[in-house]
Amino acid sequence: MNVRVRVPTQLRDLVAGASVVEIDVGGPSDGAATVAAVLDGLAAQHPALERRVRDEQGRVRAHVNLFVGSDNVRDRDGPATPIGAGDVLSIIPAVSGG
Amino acid sequence: MIVLVGTTKGLFTLRSGDGRERFEVTGPAFAGEEVYATCIDARSGATRLFAGSVSNHWGPVLRRSDDLGASWTEGERAALRFPEGADASVARIWQLAPGPVDEPDVIYAGVEPAALFRSDDGGRSFSLVHGLWDHPHRTQWQPGGGGLCLHTVLVHPEDPDRLLIAISAAGVYRSEDGGSSWQASNRGIVVGFVPEGEALEFGQCVHKVARDAGDPERLYLQHHGGIYRSDDGGGAWTPMTGIAGMDFGFPVVAHPTQPSTAYLLPLESDEYRCTPNGRCTVWRTTDAGASWEPLTTGLPQRDAHITVLRDGFTTDGQDPAGLYLGTRTGEVYASIDDGDSWRLLAEHLPPVMSVRAAAIVA
Repeated sequence: MNVRVRVPTQLRDLVAGASVVEIDVGGPSDGAATVAAVLDGLAAQHPALERRVRDEQGRVRAHVNLFVGSDNVRDRDGPATPIGAGDVLSIIPAVSGG
Repeated sequence: MIVLVGTTKGLFTLRSGDGRERFEVTGPAFAGEEVYATCIDARSGATRLFAGSVSNHWGPVLRRSDDLGASWTEGERAALRFPEGADASVARIWQLAPGPVDEPDVIYAGVEPAALFRSDDGGRSFSLVHGLWDHPHRTQWQPGGGGLCLHTVLVHPEDPDRLLIAISAAGVYRSEDGGSSWQASNRGIVVGFVPEGEALEFGQCVHKVARDAGDPERLYLQHHGGIYRSDDGGGAWTPMTGIAGMDFGFPVVAHPTQPSTAYLLPLESDEYRCTPNGRCTVWRTTDAGASWEPLTTGLPQRDAHITVLRDGFTTDGQDPAGLYLGTRTGEVYASIDDGDSWRLLAEHLPPVMSVRAAAIVA
């Protein structure tokens, strides 16, 4: 199954300018996976992008939000949030910083 | 000459010819990222640059440039990362230090949370120095104001197995066996911020340590509350006198070639942390800290409430020494005559966190 991941503007240089990357998470094309599995796929296919989303212990960085559709995964099941074919996982920087 | 100025908003590069007269400013690279550590390394025969930065959103990155900063690369895999099982992640890169002169692929990195890493492949990958990470003191280390950071790495010039590191606020630790084992080395450093702080084995808030050019056993140390010297490689520390009432400061810089010569930039009290009396003054000793002379020519002497952080003051390794200091108010001052006179190289930059300078080796 492929899942589309939307890449924020600030990180597109890491994926040759792409705004969306397709991540193969394995399994049947109409299957289901978790956000964690998508991020694992991202680590394999675009490691420089993935490590800006998760630290080396696999924790999503504090000021990075992940959305499945319009749902912030922190408000659902975190990395265990299910994601299906046709869903879009959006990486969005939190409104914070210095 | 190349000067790397790391700021809270990216890396600026200043370039000049050999005369160090006119500097051209370019940047920022990594706009928006905080650059606490850079390294200019020519041990392999050509200048190689490293920069450690952190984005508030996207975490830390170690980058390398082989073309004097025209382009920067990071590895496919993160070069600096805690191993599985360490239950820690790199929050910030505080120090990038070349290893021994004759081992150009050895580079050390100090990070937050306080840990030392070593690279044996020219900075492409690093390994955690477990001897320090597993030290029984570590769980008792407390962070200083900037976080629990390992900010100083000194490799003994005659024995690469002798390492000295400093952590805020754990103090100095030394290894005699290449990093396998470590001993706290803070004897004589008086801690004023805890009761009975005269005999602490560790817990000192050491801000920076520099090694004398002539005697590798002689070290200069800026503590949170005092300036110290060691004549036995860090075994014991004695207070340096001569700058009355100015115990606080962040950087200490040793002259790159002249023995017994070092520089300090004291700040007023640990509450105010700015240059005293509105005057920016560098102090120089040429007798290993017995006496100090103020250096003010070309530095602002009126309404100058300036802060220079621990890695915001450096030398370019030349003789006469070039000295460069970057301020939290975005100015870079330089001297090319051992500190006798100074001039403004850049202003209106973001707050400066780190400065490194060296002659370019092509």
